[in-house]
Amino acid sequence: MGLSDPGRVDAGATMSVASPNWITTRMDFLTNWARANSLWPMPFGTACCAIEYMATAASRFDIARFGMERQSFSPRQADVLICAGRLPFKLAPVIRRIWDQMPQPKWAISMGACASSGGIFDNYSMVQGIDTIIPVDVYVPGCPPRPEGLLYGILLLQKKIKGESVFDPTLRDEQLVGPDGLFLPPDRIDELSEPFGNSVSQTRSA
Amino acid sequence: MTAVIPSATASPSVAALRAQFGTAIEGAEVSCGDSIVYVTRERAHDILAWLKDTPGQQFNYLTDLTAVDYRDPERPLEVVYQLRSLSRKADLRVKIALRDESDLEVPTVWDLWKGADWLEREVYDMFGVRFTGHPDLRRILMWETYAEGYPLRKDFPLRGHFSRGEQTRQALAANPEAHYSLEELSIAEVFGELPADMQERLARGERGFLK
Repeated sequence: MGLSDPGRVDAGATMSVASPNWITTRMDFLTNWARANSLWPMPFGTACCAIEYMATAASRFDIARFGMERQSFSPRQADVLICAGRLPFKLAPVIRRIWDQMPQPKWAISMGACASSGGIFDNYSMVQGIDTIIPVDVYVPGCPPRPEGLLYGILLLQKKIKGESVFDPTLRDEQLVGPDGLFLPPDRIDELSEPFGNSVSQTRSA
Repeated sequence: MTAVIPSATASPSVAALRAQFGTAIEGAEVSCGDSIVYVTRERAHDILAWLKDTPGQQFNYLTDLTAVDYRDPERPLEVVYQLRSLSRKADLRVKIALRDESDLEVPTVWDLWKGADWLEREVYDMFGVRFTGHPDLRRILMWETYAEGYPLRKDFPLRGHFSRGEQTRQALAANPEAHYSLEELSIAEVFGELPADMQERLARGERGFLK
């Protein structure tokens, strides 16, 4: 977690020490380094994935090692929304509001098969992937994912954050909902929610 | 140690019910050692009240109240009451067969067992059975503006009637803070007619963490 990045040779990516009292570096590098290593997660645990999330947060796996020291149970002091578990339609407006309440910069991790795709719950009551409700940065597969899987997802998110630029304002644009209350067009949601696996043989009509 | 073989004999409550109510008892059977009594909808409330209050019966605990959709024109739907006598350690299952799918009404047992409140709401939500006399019959699992029907009916498609886009739109349009409270005008209007304990419950707000 040091400031220098041995993998990169261009001087801008590292801290160059010209004096004991001051350093020069790239703004993006410094900001992203700070952001990526102090992510405050907002756990949105609805099912068994939340148990694995708790294991990830506890001493054996300890996400504090990756800068997630503080679990934020208020969306207003959080950076990462971790949706751990299936999301029923009844909770869709809740997670949407939590996401809207989180200040920028913010990211979302979809943990597990159900949050990412609806999983085995291809039925009338379940959102078929939270990316139809909120934008998602990292999808963690598994049913539920092991803590190592979630840690890998967090590391991927850190990698993604380190590739961002603070001077790109579009990255921090809020995804606003359209006039019909959706941020994706309905036919795009239908496309994302296509049945798969055993669900394919079930028809929509009774 | 010998294996427990389910008794094939009916519960003594069945004979007592037949003696007391005669033709209101439509039939009885024993399944896996459990006694099942079919009763008419018209006398169901009397029968359940009798089972609860009569010495020797004392079925003072409503274990569960649910319904079954058989997708059978002969018996479209059955409402099931699973009764337990805590003092006598005895069980009895009472069923009401509803034969007309357009007429799904049964009397509430909320006045006998208060625990029936949410159970009847769940049966209403999932099967569309209306419980006459229930103080607060609203959907309990699906949100109140849910418009697709009754999900546990056999003729309800697994993924629902609407497209996923439409389902998402309707779900997001629901207000997550619309808890059932006095603020809801329809309840405020009938507030004076509600039973005292219901008034007390609503006056508290019953808003959970939002309180």
